Amino acid sequence: MRLTVNGAQHHLVGLDPRTTLLDALRERLHLTGAKNGCDHGQCGACTVLLDGRRVNSCLILAITQQDAEITTVEGLGHKGEPHPVQQGFLDHDGFQCGYCTPGQICSAVGMLDEVGKGWPSAATSDGDDLLSDAEIRERMSGNLCRCAAYPNMVPAIRQAAGR
Amino acid sequence: MTSTSARAVGSPLARLEGPAKVSGAARYAAEYPQDHLAYGWIVASPVARGRLDAVLTDPAEEDVLAVLWHGNAPELEKPDDPELAVLQSDEIRYRGQPLALVIATSIEAARRAAQAVQLEITAEDHDVELRADHPDRYTPETVVPDAPATSDTGDVDAALAGAPVTIDVVYETPALHNNPMEPHATIARWDGQDLILYDSNQHPSGIAETVGAIFGLPAERVHVVTEHVGGGFGSKGSARPNAVLAALGSLVTGRPVQIALPRQAMFSMVGHRAPTVQRIRVGATRDGILTAIDHQTCTQSSRLFEFVESASVVTREVYPVPNLRTGHQVVRLDMPTPRWMRAPGEAPGMVGLECALDELAAELGVDPVELRVRNSPENPRYVECLRSGAERFGWSERDRRTDGEWLIGFGMAGATYPAQAMPSTARVRALGNDEYEVAIAAADLGTGARTILTQIAADELGVPVEQIHIRIGNSTLPQASVAGGSSGSASWGWAVTGACRELRAAGGSTEEATFDTTALVQQQKEGRHASGAHFAEVRVSTVTGEVRVSRLFGMFDGGRILNPRTARSQFLGGMIMGMGMALHEEGVLDPAQGTWVNHDLAEYHIPTHADVEWIDAAWLDAPESDLNPMGSKGIGEIGIVGSPAAILNAIWHATGVRIRSLPARLDKLLPALPSPR
Ligand code: FES
Ligand code: FES
Repeated sequence: MRLTVNGAQHHLVGLDPRTTLLDALRERLHLTGAKNGCDHGQCGACTVLLDGRRVNSCLILAITQQDAEITTVEGLGHKGEPHPVQQGFLDHDGFQCGYCTPGQICSAVGMLDEVGKGWPSAATSDGDDLLSDAEIRERMSGNLCRCAAYPNMVPAIRQAAGR
Repeated sequence: MTSTSARAVGSPLARLEGPAKVSGAARYAAEYPQDHLAYGWIVASPVARGRLDAVLTDPAEEDVLAVLWHGNAPELEKPDDPELAVLQSDEIRYRGQPLALVIATSIEAARRAAQAVQLEITAEDHDVELRADHPDRYTPETVVPDAPATSDTGDVDAALAGAPVTIDVVYETPALHNNPMEPHATIARWDGQDLILYDSNQHPSGIAETVGAIFGLPAERVHVVTEHVGGGFGSKGSARPNAVLAALGSLVTGRPVQIALPRQAMFSMVGHRAPTVQRIRVGATRDGILTAIDHQTCTQSSRLFEFVESASVVTREVYPVPNLRTGHQVVRLDMPTPRWMRAPGEAPGMVGLECALDELAAELGVDPVELRVRNSPENPRYVECLRSGAERFGWSERDRRTDGEWLIGFGMAGATYPAQAMPSTARVRALGNDEYEVAIAAADLGTGARTILTQIAADELGVPVEQIHIRIGNSTLPQASVAGGSSGSASWGWAVTGACRELRAAGGSTEEATFDTTALVQQQKEGRHASGAHFAEVRVSTVTGEVRVSRLFGMFDGGRILNPRTARSQFLGGMIMGMGMALHEEGVLDPAQGTWVNHDLAEYHIPTHADVEWIDAAWLDAPESDLNPMGSKGIGEIGIVGSPAAILNAIWHATGVRIRSLPARLDKLLPALPSPR
């Protein structure tokens, strides 16, 4: 089977069909940026972008994604330059241990895209600023951080959004 | 050597490993590719007490290399920690105990085979419920870390009987689970007689020693690689069963073996904060001077290991009281062993003490800040935290009010945590061109250790930070103490300072200096503390009972702050974990099954982005120069000490309801609230 990750095609031989996308990335492709925090879709540490949308890769079987464009944290940024969200996290100390960080960053990239499309969140009411602090917090709440770097991630994401 | 006027220490240097962490390049324990890697999956006990008679496996399971249990596992040397004697006997001491280890060529095969393993168990009746009147409770000799279990000064009974005002309350804290985002993980590989462990822990030197002893190896033969750690909060302070099992699996199969614990196992075999029942009696004069305190804690430990959460100890340390009695009792249950969790003792103990003092302040009609100031005559730094914190937060303008469905209130509480250092050794080597390598087996759990040690070395050697090459996170480097007890920066910074000074003193006659702090640490000033004060504004919904923390502010004395950027993150992280303790976190016991039923992140609720609104921390930044060469005090834990009490006190202020059993869940609050207008 094949997987397209960060623009590169990989052929995986003998992959167990039960393999999650997360384990395929980590154990077979050694793309260990995506983390395993729970394996049950409860923490967001494994977040990657599937055709640009954020997903929990621990909840997806790799074999079902042969036609998708998968982007992991390793694929963000350009020619050695960090992606604006990565830069925001660096500038605002948006992490401590760093284990939730790749998931937070991929999630934020996906979230900013959702906001760009005008998608509402549970915190949205008519005429709201879709990138208010309350909106950012609500939209990012699927990504847990036990170090609780939350207060620094909000300005990091706002900076990346050019706000 | 050149000298620079700019001081690195005290500057907000960004974490050195930041670019690696945001790009996914930073490697955690289970992320080192190995040839012929095999995967271990632990089969955990489904009962809390009994005997394992046999393990039956399906020979048709594909890709399985071994199924180990006490019937076939190699014999290990007896460890000091009985929980590490894995697969060595038929005794089942807690639900979740590792009973068998499946090793297979893929994660999928290992997990499937582990599910198919049949355990033949003779189950026995278990006893898993903590009660303050449990008939088996006893007074231990010592409590964590090594304090006497009891203390008694003055005449507490007489003082309480004669006090014009008394408070007599019971506060209960539940089992709490560390849950670092990176579950414990190990890759083990034997390299001839040497054991290589890529392991997620807070103490590479200690893990090498512990695991080495179990396999009959000196610590030097065990190479523990701990480059990056995805949090620990205490649970990774000592070797856990995953490290021993991975080494065992590798020994048997001859392959490198990786074991990454599933999140569910993080609730049983890695430790937790034990529940406490605390009775606190306080006596005071009408103007709020404390005359007596009696603080008694009842808590639990496992059958395997006596670990006593020292919740009453903190009451010996904050306020001078002429008549003071403290004590602990412990009940050994058929439950997992509690271990360290961020501020063991202080975190739950300051809930009891600081909430009781809030009740006293209310009874007396005294400002809670003022009450604490009056009782801290010889603690000027604490008083400054109280006064300056109150001022910055706007405490004097606090105004209990209603806004639609929301009741708004304000609360505060004090904080304290011991300042200590432990023996460590560092090595500094001149590389030429004014560049230096600094080496110490410290672990950076996200505390910023790598960064602040670089800053310290840069200043001591008089070079810019770019010319310091720091090496940590490996047990083959000079021995370092545990990243715990808020002692890391003091312990390791002291060793680094010593090595740098020795190299400088040698004036170029040598290229390398090594410094061991053991002798100095033995003479360190005892009884010093970091301190702080937390201020909270909450709103409580009369419709749902939901509590929102609108503002949370902490003012701290951590001595000299080595890096304000990483320090602020640590303070805030602790305060938010304290918010979890006040509002969300609890292991919910199922007495029939003998386990916490909410053993995952969907049901054990830790704070999320949406829970954290306005939050900030500030500090005095006043070096305590006679403590260690940096004048610093640890700050990793003080954030969680006192913040839960501040929030609970604010809930009372808003609603008139005293929540004395944590967490302050909706169902505890709602029945007591007025109906919404
Ligand atoms: S690892 Fe996928 S959500 Fe936690
Ligand atoms: S940075 Fe440690 S869990 Fe988020």
